[in-house]
Amino acid sequence: MDIGKFLRKLSGKDWGVHPDDHKRPAADARVRALPIPPRVHLMLSQHVGAPSRPVVLIGQKVLKGELIAAAQGNISAPLHASTSGVVSAIGEIAAPHPSGLSGMAITIDTDGEDKWIDCDPVADPFALSAEEIARRVADAGVVGLGGATFPSSVKLNLGRRSSIDTLIINGSECEPYLSCDERLMRDRTDDIVAGIRLMLISTGAKQARVGIEDNKPAAIAAMRAATSGHAEIEVVSVPARYPMGSDRQLIIELTGREVPADARAADVGVIVHNVGTAYAIQQAVCLGRPLVSRLMTLNGAAAAAPGNYEVVLGTLISELVAFTGGTRGEPAKLVMGGPMMGMRLPHMQIPVVKGTSGVLLLDGYEAADSEPDPCIRCGSCVKACPMGLLPLEMAARIRNDALTDAVDLGLKDCIACGCCAWVCPSRIPLVQYFVHAKGELSSQDRAKLRNDATRKLAQQRQERLEREAREKLEAAARRKAERAAQAAAAAEAKAQTKTASVTEGESA
Amino acid sequence: MLIAIFALAALGAALGMLLGVANRLLRVEGNPIVEELVAIMPGSNCGQCGFPGCTGAAEAIVDGSAAPTCCPPGGKALAAAIAAKLGLTLDLTAIRDEGPKIATVAEELCIGCCRCSKVCPTDAIIGAAKQIHNVMREACTGCSSCIETCPTEALVMKPVPVTLQHWVMPKPALA
Ligand code: SF4
Ligand code: SF4
Ligand code: SF4
Repeated sequence: MDIGKFLRKLSGKDWGVHPDDHKRPAADARVRALPIPPRVHLMLSQHVGAPSRPVVLIGQKVLKGELIAAAQGNISAPLHASTSGVVSAIGEIAAPHPSGLSGMAITIDTDGEDKWIDCDPVADPFALSAEEIARRVADAGVVGLGGATFPSSVKLNLGRRSSIDTLIINGSECEPYLSCDERLMRDRTDDIVAGIRLMLISTGAKQARVGIEDNKPAAIAAMRAATSGHAEIEVVSVPARYPMGSDRQLIIELTGREVPADARAADVGVIVHNVGTAYAIQQAVCLGRPLVSRLMTLNGAAAAAPGNYEVVLGTLISELVAFTGGTRGEPAKLVMGGPMMGMRLPHMQIPVVKGTSGVLLLDGYEAADSEPDPCIRCGSCVKACPMGLLPLEMAARIRNDALTDAVDLGLKDCIACGCCAWVCPSRIPLVQYFVHAKGELSSQDRAKLRNDATRKLAQQRQERLEREAREKLEAAARRKAERAAQAAAAAEAKAQTKTASVTEGESA
Repeated sequence: MLIAIFALAALGAALGMLLGVANRLLRVEGNPIVEELVAIMPGSNCGQCGFPGCTGAAEAIVDGSAAPTCCPPGGKALAAAIAAKLGLTLDLTAIRDEGPKIATVAEELCIGCCRCSKVCPTDAIIGAAKQIHNVMREACTGCSSCIETCPTEALVMKPVPVTLQHWVMPKPALA
């Protein structure tokens, strides 16, 4: 054990794992643009929050960048046509989701012209107000491109409301195999820096720190050179270690501040954005271009031409694979995202969405799918967990459906980073347990809310029935009383006429 | 006048005291635990558990004659909540929760007789006379009360469709 590692251990910073990064040669290949496919399928739900609501009709002609679905609610994002063409369908297609279920999408038959709508560029974007920047970002449908896909404008506005002093730009790209952020930092450096400056204005933060893992020296050098004239932006080289790109880890590394378990980054005066998001924000604010394409990595031993590709949203993965020369042998596992946190896809007829950072075609050796063995209690997972949890104990509870016990052990803090499963010598699918348990807990919460609502309905019905019965009785009583009164009145009238006639008779 | 006031006041006092005494002597024992359970149960009194309503089931669960898993519409979530309240350890893997079901109307069969909407404990079925009826998904507890009443068998219980928002990652198969 060398001194540095020993010191880290002493300071309690020995978390995470060091998988082979597999980034090269894909990261060094020149970026290629994928030709416009004959059809694009734009999922209505490619961000965190409410799905967007279609505002186009079937048969309508749309231009690239035209709004096709509007944001719905406070946390949502609009969707724009990713190329020009005709809307041919609005319906369900296979969604990029581990379940293999389908979701709603707008399908556009492309015309191959890729004609932009009139954008509205700004001459001096840095003179815009903070609100105006956030509004333009919201209108462009920009979401967190690191994979979280949280609407960026919401985060910018949050930054202004809660006093943020530091903006953290995540360029760590700690997932193995992926290199789209690195390519972006090397190729579009100035645009990223402009995006960071816009975010500084919009969040009201005074300084920005860009964290880049030290396995990307070219990106660090490029970013350092581009930010040399901006004292408020500092590029920091951070040690390569997974999951450095997780918000909490990066915040500790760059600011030394620890985010408490039940708090958000904003509570310690920090906000984190991805470099890809910085680029998209620059495009949206300076050029008025909505988010309609992205850079993504194609990698894995079964990929014929690993590299980074500029892809319009809605392109099917099968198109990407076909364009790059197909596969090398039958891929054993198809993954969207990185190998640690990405999701396994059932087939390739699935469209690229805003959050797609890469597609991996893994061969049998890389996929390493094998039957799990029982836990040998080696404790490796405990050592690896960046959140300081006890993965083996939590998994044992979840196996017996004792979900509340797992929550007591800190299940809610698990970021599903996959370190524990990666180190586990018994290849226990630990993360799957945790994701399952979290899903199960939220479905129980939903059931409880529903239960409360239906109980109220049942009560209301009960009350209504009682009220109706009461009203019926009252009405009956009223009618009876009326009838009685009528009868009495009639009787009285009769009596009166009688007396009258009697008196008349008498008087007569 | 005065006599009338006195007489009524005396009568009121006497009756009040009588009520007070009756309240002491003839008190109905309400079990607070039962009440707590009733509060978390569906409350639709559908009778699928075999007891007359949710209160009956709650009493049976508390005195041990029924399992906390006896409520079909409540499912696993309710069973877990009840077990937690009563401090029972429950083997939830044993209960077969085929997932929630809700009633659906086959439009082509419905004659609009309104029988179903009258029995639904949560008013989840809507529709006017001689019009096609429909079940509001969010309000249906899956109690099946309406199924029997339909003269044309237009009502059937169907599993709630799994959507992207509601899908839960399955538990890994046991090693
Ligand atoms: S328990 Fe969660 S946070 Fe800890 S290593 Fe495993 S997946 Fe990561
Ligand atoms: S790493 Fe795997 S085998 Fe080792 S303690 Fe954790 S779960 Fe058990
Ligand atoms: S009971 Fe059957 S036929 Fe009558 S209204 Fe309901 S669904 Fe229609």
